[in-house]
Amino acid sequence: MMDFLSFYLIPGIVLGSIYALGAIGVSLTFGILRFANFAHGEIMTLGAYVTLTLIQLTGWHPVVLLPAAMVVVSIVTLGVDRYFYKPFRTSPVIIVVIASFGMMLMIRSVTQFVWGVQLQAFVPGVQRPLIFFEALRISPRHMIIVGCALVLMAVEHWLLTYTMIGKAMRAMSDSPELARLTGINTEMVIKATWIVGASAATAAGVFLAYDSHVDTMMGFQILLPVFAATILGGIGRPYGAMAGGLVIGLAEELSAYPWIGSEPLLSPGYKAGVAFAIMVAMLIWRPSGLFRGRVF
Amino acid sequence: MEQFYGYFLYGLSLLTFGGIYSILTLGLNIQWGFSGLFNAGIAGFFAIGAYVSAILTTAPSARHLGGYDMPIGVGMLVAMIVTAAIAWGVSRICIRLRSDYLAIATLGIAEIFRLILKNEVWATNGARGVSYVPKPFENITEPWNQISMTLLVLGTVIVLYFLLERARTSPWGRLMSAIREDEDAALAAGKDVERLRIQAFVVGGAIMGLGGAMMAHYLKFIDPQAADPLTATFLVWVMLIVGGSANNKGAILGAFLMWTVWSATEILTSRLPDALAIRTAYVRVFLIGLVLQIVLQKYPGGILPERRLRAASGKQPQNPE
Repeated sequence: MMDFLSFYLIPGIVLGSIYALGAIGVSLTFGILRFANFAHGEIMTLGAYVTLTLIQLTGWHPVVLLPAAMVVVSIVTLGVDRYFYKPFRTSPVIIVVIASFGMMLMIRSVTQFVWGVQLQAFVPGVQRPLIFFEALRISPRHMIIVGCALVLMAVEHWLLTYTMIGKAMRAMSDSPELARLTGINTEMVIKATWIVGASAATAAGVFLAYDSHVDTMMGFQILLPVFAATILGGIGRPYGAMAGGLVIGLAEELSAYPWIGSEPLLSPGYKAGVAFAIMVAMLIWRPSGLFRGRVF
Repeated sequence: MEQFYGYFLYGLSLLTFGGIYSILTLGLNIQWGFSGLFNAGIAGFFAIGAYVSAILTTAPSARHLGGYDMPIGVGMLVAMIVTAAIAWGVSRICIRLRSDYLAIATLGIAEIFRLILKNEVWATNGARGVSYVPKPFENITEPWNQISMTLLVLGTVIVLYFLLERARTSPWGRLMSAIREDEDAALAAGKDVERLRIQAFVVGGAIMGLGGAMMAHYLKFIDPQAADPLTATFLVWVMLIVGGSANNKGAILGAFLMWTVWSATEILTSRLPDALAIRTAYVRVFLIGLVLQIVLQKYPGGILPERRLRAASGKQPQNPE
């Protein structure tokens, strides 16, 4: 039982929080700009590498440096939008998807060029888990990650519910034409969307790297689960994205638990397949997601 | 003379790779160019074709399933059939999805295929891949075997080109572009949109499988790296967009052009000192991505844009955009 909690449930929650943060950005851009941003995984990677450099410069804790990394990545993302996505605002959606597909490789090749492809770690060495009730092991890192993720999601909630720009974002996600008619500055809202999405993605990348290591492929590897979480939660539904992230993270980790007999239910090599299977099932039977998002 | 011969062999390899990529690009052109289906999982179909043909034609080996020592032609044919069957299954599930969703789903399916190829070591030898794949014309002497291989690939491209041009101008092809342009109108005209899309997806998939099989035989080796989304999927997309979607000539031109650029820049960067060479490899990817962005923004039709079929009135129909 304690093994189940320590090695499956808690890592599942940690992974789920990371996916949730990634899914917020995908869900917002999908809802407001109406396209699936394939470069989102690379934004997470970039966030992790920017933080790595800041750590090497200052020696501070990654969580302390997170806001600075968010600013850097947001600026990069706004630049990308200005030069590579904005020209297609009135084109068929699919052209932007292709552009984002190209952007994915361009950002990745820049990170590979600047930082190299070797695995690197934020904090060298293995951290001992804290042991509760003699058998429940929780790594302090995991507690920090889940705690910070909860804080960020609360900020997100406050932003969307109580601020002017947050309300404008939700209005635009519901109906771009009506939003424009009521005098909402759509370009402003789009900028805000990128900043919020990029900041959440940076947090996701940093937490993922903090939990394991920094790697140029890490963002792409979690892109699919993040898409799955977005679709599961319902597109344009940031709360749905959070819930979807948690479900996908848990499903991936729990699929390796020996539910029947002593063998893992599913070989860990196929973990990524779990998220995908859930996503396809949702697309077929309930494309609006669990939280009644939109279907474009 | 020696140097000249080297250039000659390099030219042949350019033509062969360009030809194989032309096959893949033609396959994508049916799916995306004619039918508007966004397949982001080219790598998956490519890898399936490659593995099926490789396993069927190699001599028996303890490291992977088979080999069954069959003739190469049989291997390629079965590779096409298997890829077509898998493409059919995939399209049954996701063909109704809107373009972005289809892209996500196909990307995911390709990743699953890659996981299977990597994890099912008993069948595929895992990450080490299948080696000693027979190459056509292996027994002929030095330059002639390469020449024959190149001619085989180029011949396949030419045959495919004529078949696809035929399909494009046929009622089937016109119906496909009608569906791409206005699905609702095609539905209202009583056309079975879903079935036609599945057909396009399956034919395109089978052609990609053939491309994969050709690559496995040409390189004599295949591993899960072949299902890497970068070279197999992305490069083919760039080739089609640069060459011109919905134009078969454009697809072929794009494949040869981009492959030449890709390969020539590799030679340039490999001359640099080692530490720099590894890094500049990423600059190549960046530049290819940039080419894609520029073409998308400035020349959305590609080098050879789509040529609309003449309408019955004899006038060229205007593009609505």
